[in-house]
Amino acid sequence: MDFKGEVLEYTNYSNRRMGNIKRFLRKLYLQRDLQIMALAGAIWMFIFNYIPMYGLVIAFKDFNIVKPISDAPWVGLKHFIEFVNDDNFLNVLTNTLGISLLKLLIGFPLPIIFALLLNELTSLKFKKAVQTISYLPHFLSWVILGGIIINWLSDIGLINDILIKMKILKEPISFLGDPQYFWWIAVISDVWKELGWSAIIYLAAIAGIDPEMYEAAIIDGASRLQKIWYITLPAIKPTITILFILAVSGIFNSNFDQILVLRNSLNASASDVIDIYVYRMGIQNANYSYATAAGLLKSIVSMILLLIANEISKRLNETSLF
Amino acid sequence: MNILQRRDKKDLLFDIFNYSLMVFIIFIVIYPIWYVIIYSLNDGVDAMQGGIYWWPRVFTLENYKAVFTNTGIINAFYITILKTIIGTIVHVLFTGMVAYAFSRSELIGRKFYMIMGTITLFFGGGLIPYFLLIRNLGLFDNFLVYIIPAMFNFFEAIIFISFFRSIPNALEEAAKIDGASYFTIFFRIILPVSLPVVATIALFHGVYQWNDYFTGVIFINNPNLQPIQTYLYRIIAQSSANQMLNLMPGSIATRTVTSQSLKMATMVVTTLPIVFVYPFLQKYFVKGVMIGSIKG
Repeated sequence: MDFKGEVLEYTNYSNRRMGNIKRFLRKLYLQRDLQIMALAGAIWMFIFNYIPMYGLVIAFKDFNIVKPISDAPWVGLKHFIEFVNDDNFLNVLTNTLGISLLKLLIGFPLPIIFALLLNELTSLKFKKAVQTISYLPHFLSWVILGGIIINWLSDIGLINDILIKMKILKEPISFLGDPQYFWWIAVISDVWKELGWSAIIYLAAIAGIDPEMYEAAIIDGASRLQKIWYITLPAIKPTITILFILAVSGIFNSNFDQILVLRNSLNASASDVIDIYVYRMGIQNANYSYATAAGLLKSIVSMILLLIANEISKRLNETSLF
Repeated sequence: MNILQRRDKKDLLFDIFNYSLMVFIIFIVIYPIWYVIIYSLNDGVDAMQGGIYWWPRVFTLENYKAVFTNTGIINAFYITILKTIIGTIVHVLFTGMVAYAFSRSELIGRKFYMIMGTITLFFGGGLIPYFLLIRNLGLFDNFLVYIIPAMFNFFEAIIFISFFRSIPNALEEAAKIDGASYFTIFFRIILPVSLPVVATIALFHGVYQWNDYFTGVIFINNPNLQPIQTYLYRIIAQSSANQMLNLMPGSIATRTVTSQSLKMATMVVTTLPIVFVYPFLQKYFVKGVMIGSIKG
């Protein structure tokens, strides 16, 4: 009799718990449609995002395509060491960094300057027209642009034609057939494609500046350059900083779509960047583990760079990505 | 007002410089595209002599006739159009639907789903594990490789989510009282009022589908399944090095050069849809990049 109370209490407790579970199940039942939608997304992400993440383990294994990943023997850092000691490593690293640094040096400031100059246009209609036209190349594929570039730079192409007519050249140069020009071709064509598009974010930041600031500056007799220097640039500095952090962390990423189109066997020594190397070794030569290791090493270094750039910016500018 | 509009000589000089520079930029952007057009309208053999700068010299529509009678090209266009339309519809509906579920605060496990998605923004498997996955899924040489792996994108889901969360709840409550299911609410109420964001995402994805050539390059060997961009890539990449070697002075082959003008005509046909829709869609693109930049 004594424990009757205890049992009662327990039943009460378990009733309450059952009640909670019931309520939970009921809630789950009522939102079953919602759960189906969310699960569909989760399953998709599991398959297309998470399984490839698991697939990275083949970088530490000797993976053979006819057997499942779990059967492949572990080999530790073998493939990483092999990649770093490979004859191609230095060349691939130089090309990746060379092209990226040139892009950073030229392709980063130009959109800012372009946005500032656009903002100085007095005719709004003209400004809109320039803007609209300048983003157009962003929407053309690299295959099309590559087709144009290859045509223009060929021996009988437009560039050689003009240079010879202007007596700058005597003999046509096969620009894409000579490694020494490749970096510049990659950088200039990239700037051409993305100049207008990259300027959009800066233009938006500029549009958010309080016009009263400019009016006050004008009354104080500030010149145009002073207005840009003392008002516009400081106002868009956070935007510049964040994009700069992203650009720095992306330094090991090359524009794969672009380089795949522009590269050929003659300029290979200048166009072999890490991403292309991974593609060549992995997909074309079926050297899966080795290529995965090369790609993974790149991602890790990029991640570290992002964190460092973010930290430095946090200390210097008090602006950071996260 | 007088003070605000004051201009001096230096200002005028700067304006002249600035306007000229902008005209120059317009020229630089448009000219390459114009060049492809005039080249494609010029006789192929004649074009190889060079000297075509502003206008076709020997006008012809032969190149376009060749494009539209080439069954390989026609088929590739068909694949491109099909993958762009199906891919975009599936992408927008699926990403939108998942985002709708993720946007509801009553969703049990919402935090888990969001963390699961956010991780995908920072980490990925890279090319090779992705390649092996597609191979294992049997999507090799399969039209669905254009659609299923491109169905969802968490970054775009975030854009949807932030938009859905701004929709007043009253709209849905009324429907819920009437006994509508979440699916009905999503398709009948949420999607129609989200037209701006739907249009933005659809346009981004449509352009991606239209322009993507790499999926075809690595996953499609069957020539009947390759889109026009992959087709063009294969012509360009396979012939560029050879062309340079073959076209050394003295060994000019007529066939290669006509293939050049055929390539140009194909490029024009491939690009025209984008150039035509572009002015109408431009405002959405800009809106999209704004939302993206705020979120990113």
